Amino acid sequence: MKAIHYLRCFAGITTREWLRFLNQRGRFFSALVRPLVWLAIFATGFHFVLGVSIIPPYETYIPYDVYIAPGLIAMILLFNGMLISLSMVYDREMGSMRILMVSPLPRWFLLTAKLLAGVVLSVIQAYAFLAIALLWDITPPWYGYITALPALILSGLMMGALGLLLSSAIRQLENFASVMNFVIFPMFFASSALYPLWRVKEASLLLYYICQANPFTHAVELIRFALYGRLEPVAAVVLVAATAIFLTLAVYGYDPARGLMQRRAAD
Amino acid sequence: MEAHPALSIEGLGHCFGPRRVLNGVSFSVAGGDFTVLLGLNGAGKTTLFSLATRLYVQREGTIRIFGMDIREQASECLRRIGVVFQQPTLDLDLTVEQNLFYHAALHGLSHRDAAERGAAEIERVGLAAQRHDKVRRLSGGQRRRIEIARCLLHRPCLLLLDEPTVGLDIASRQFMLDHVRRLCREEGIAALWATHLIDEVGEGARVVVLHKGEVRAVGEARQLLGETRTPSMRAAFESLVQEREAA
Repeated sequence: MKAIHYLRCFAGITTREWLRFLNQRGRFFSALVRPLVWLAIFATGFHFVLGVSIIPPYETYIPYDVYIAPGLIAMILLFNGMLISLSMVYDREMGSMRILMVSPLPRWFLLTAKLLAGVVLSVIQAYAFLAIALLWDITPPWYGYITALPALILSGLMMGALGLLLSSAIRQLENFASVMNFVIFPMFFASSALYPLWRVKEASLLLYYICQANPFTHAVELIRFALYGRLEPVAAVVLVAATAIFLTLAVYGYDPARGLMQRRAAD
Repeated sequence: MEAHPALSIEGLGHCFGPRRVLNGVSFSVAGGDFTVLLGLNGAGKTTLFSLATRLYVQREGTIRIFGMDIREQASECLRRIGVVFQQPTLDLDLTVEQNLFYHAALHGLSHRDAAERGAAEIERVGLAAQRHDKVRRLSGGQRRRIEIARCLLHRPCLLLLDEPTVGLDIASRQFMLDHVRRLCREEGIAALWATHLIDEVGEGARVVVLHKGEVRAVGEARQLLGETRTPSMRAAFESLVQEREAA
């Protein structure tokens, strides 16, 4: 197999994800409505309750809705990561996963291509949210829209890889609901998405450490800094490491010698 | 490459935990052969197909595709195999053509090749008019025809078909059988056709009888009738699967 075969395969997987996305228009709107509800209702309600002091990367006092915008972008990426997982579990239940798995290209490549295809869709939705957020005066500097791109891609990769890993462990579509309770909510709330970590530290040291260990916190911070043209190196390193670990474990999970296909059949 | 059988299985065994589902399975399928893998539900046919397509990894025995060990040269082997699984595998929300393009891309084919071959294959299965329809709108028989067309896109030399006629009406079943037999006869493609339907074993077909994970007999249909001294394939099959149980 030559490089061109890999490229065609990647194009094919991305096209399929795109077509499925276009077929599910509701998915696009719900991906946008969810963070907009937070922005329009939650952020407005808490606008005068939660004061945010001057913290990097901001150079002045900022309204609360500006503070939570990066967290809501990360929320879009998180939900899309879980949708990658849902789509893998659905494909497995419907049988179309088998067609992917009997491709002559290596399984690590197929999974990575699936992940990248999902990230492309995530990034498009993140930018759509940023465009609508202009209505709330969330206006990072113009160059922030460019410098945010690598942060969005890296964060999307991390959450997509987590989704792939979860899909290798989830055995039935019905079990997917638990992802909401045990992955999405804890990751989102135990992070710096809604409140700065210094405030969490004042309230509970344990929760502060949990937030620090949560890779979602680092995705939020990487995006927050990138929107102002700055790099948060610790967050970048954590995300690269988390992506590598999650993806490696997912590839292991889909390995025919050890993976889910065999375990499922044994049930 | 042609000197080797299209598919060669030797001493294949497989367990799911403590449950043994295949035991010492050995047989081969030569190029151009139409071989029926005949067995009741639960005989181990689908497990055998999953091992031959590397959905599972075999730990006992060997599977060779045109002489290549599937564990060592998985990519080369998978390039030569076309598969129709027992469970439908088309994406219902995509059109027929989109499903074909997706499969072609997974095998590294260019868009042009995929378009040309896809058009030819769906023409051959008589569904050219439906190529822009969503698969969800097609009947079960039409979906199976599309799966056959799809598995031929990358020009495989070996077809593995796991109960491809389950749930189809008589006309669709006959179409599938005739189409695959024609591919073997005219294009030299080897086919392993798994079924529990005895009437799908035509005259002159090679048969592998699989029962409770073990091969009970291998040979041409006529030969099996002679060996079991029975007048019909149904009687021969019953005799073969009961023989050892009685012993």
